[in-house]
Amino acid sequence: MTTPFYVSPEQLMKDRADFARKGIARGRSVAVVQYTDGVVFVAENPSKALHKISEIYDRIGFAAVGRYNEFENLRIAGVRLADLRGYSYDRRDVSGRALANAYAQTLGTIFSSGAEKPYEVELFVAEVGDDASADQIYRLTYDGSVADVRGFGVMGGQSEKVEEFLTSRYADGLDLPGAVKLAVEALGQDVSPARTIDSEALEVGVLDRTRALTRKFKRLSSEAVVAALA
Amino acid sequence: MLPQPFLTAGSASFTDFLALQAPGLLPSARTATGDLSDLAPHATTIVAATFPGGVVMAGDRRATMGNVIAQRDIEKVFPADEFSCIGIAGTAGLAVELVRLFQVELEHYEKLEGAVLSADGKANRLAALIRGNLGLAMQGLAVVPLFAGFDQVTEQGRIFSYDVTGGRYEEHAFHAVGSGSMFARGSLKKLYKQDLSEADTVIATIQALYDAADDDSATGGPDLTRRIFPVVAVVTKDGYRRIPDAEIGAVADSVIGARLIRPDGPAAPLS
Repeated sequence: MTTPFYVSPEQLMKDRADFARKGIARGRSVAVVQYTDGVVFVAENPSKALHKISEIYDRIGFAAVGRYNEFENLRIAGVRLADLRGYSYDRRDVSGRALANAYAQTLGTIFSSGAEKPYEVELFVAEVGDDASADQIYRLTYDGSVADVRGFGVMGGQSEKVEEFLTSRYADGLDLPGAVKLAVEALGQDVSPARTIDSEALEVGVLDRTRALTRKFKRLSSEAVVAALA
Repeated sequence: MLPQPFLTAGSASFTDFLALQAPGLLPSARTATGDLSDLAPHATTIVAATFPGGVVMAGDRRATMGNVIAQRDIEKVFPADEFSCIGIAGTAGLAVELVRLFQVELEHYEKLEGAVLSADGKANRLAALIRGNLGLAMQGLAVVPLFAGFDQVTEQGRIFSYDVTGGRYEEHAFHAVGSGSMFARGSLKKLYKQDLSEADTVIATIQALYDAADDDSATGGPDLTRRIFPVVAVVTKDGYRRIPDAEIGAVADSVIGARLIRPDGPAAPLS
């Protein structure tokens, strides 16, 4: 009979975290930036059909990096959770915090269970309030940790360099074109010298609190993106 | 961790998801015995008519329970999504629940698939929801909606009617459902023309509701003392729009003004 090698829990968790981190760093970054009327998500994504940014509910948006099948699974679960809550209670009772908690528990359980491999994803869940101070952005990592983000956030790819750039340039009170421009410029900082990302390869989604409809999420068309960058 | 039905791939239908995760929330989960027709308020007349570039739907404001008026300002015309609307006749409580489920169903599909259902797809989904209510319909709690929308492919207004078994029928030009529907339909038959403008189509539907209220006790006419007027929705290429009460009030006032002179409404030429 062979005895299995002893692996310490520390080592096991470290290996799993390394595995997840490596998968996440392989893709391109996604940035989220707050502006006066809401929150804008910007991703480099040449595909027009496979989205990294989506609507979850009236005031809640979602952005992800990592393995497509895994975050798509989580996105669908989020839409189901939000719609179920809104249907059984009321539309106003659906909150970004509850959704972030559900994601955190799901990711955490998958990360620490021995059977499944950890998800190689990171998520942003953002919710716009009635004014900028009520906006909330949560960043969720592969192991289920949640962080509250203020102003801006970056995940995936070479996120440190992008984040560094945003830290030095971000200021409160941006308008939408300003926020898009800043995010796009920041996403180009992942290599040196910095590159300019073609507007065709951008996916931009906005949670705009000034929108007349109850559903505040809107995808920016490529014309609108070009106009914002001009 | 989220339960398994949340993470299962496959269906883009919210109703199918409810059946797995929370079947008790489905309207079709209700069971009862005996004749229940006098148990709950009933909603009455809804009319819809197309015009070049869109469709108008209007509903009176009365809900009845036997001989009693249960509510005089109930709303029976709702947006289903950005490009369609739904009006309800039959058991009010079940119908409102069905409308809510239908609204979530359409939005849920749109979010999961990243595409809007076709006009026929929406009409078929609604048929499936009505079919689920057949058991209660047999006991007197029928729900009979009228569905109308702007078809973005053919760029025209379309109207679908239903029976209690979920039968779906496309109507051309105009249609009415509910207890006053035969009077409303008779009225529209004389007033409707294919090339009416949006504003004239609105007037025609208000006239039809007036005629329905004239001959059907369960349909509410315009309430002048309380300023309660029909709910009128218009769906065009710009989406769903409910006409403000002030505007409908003005239309209703002019219709009533003309009826003071000729109580039966506008006369159609004999030949």
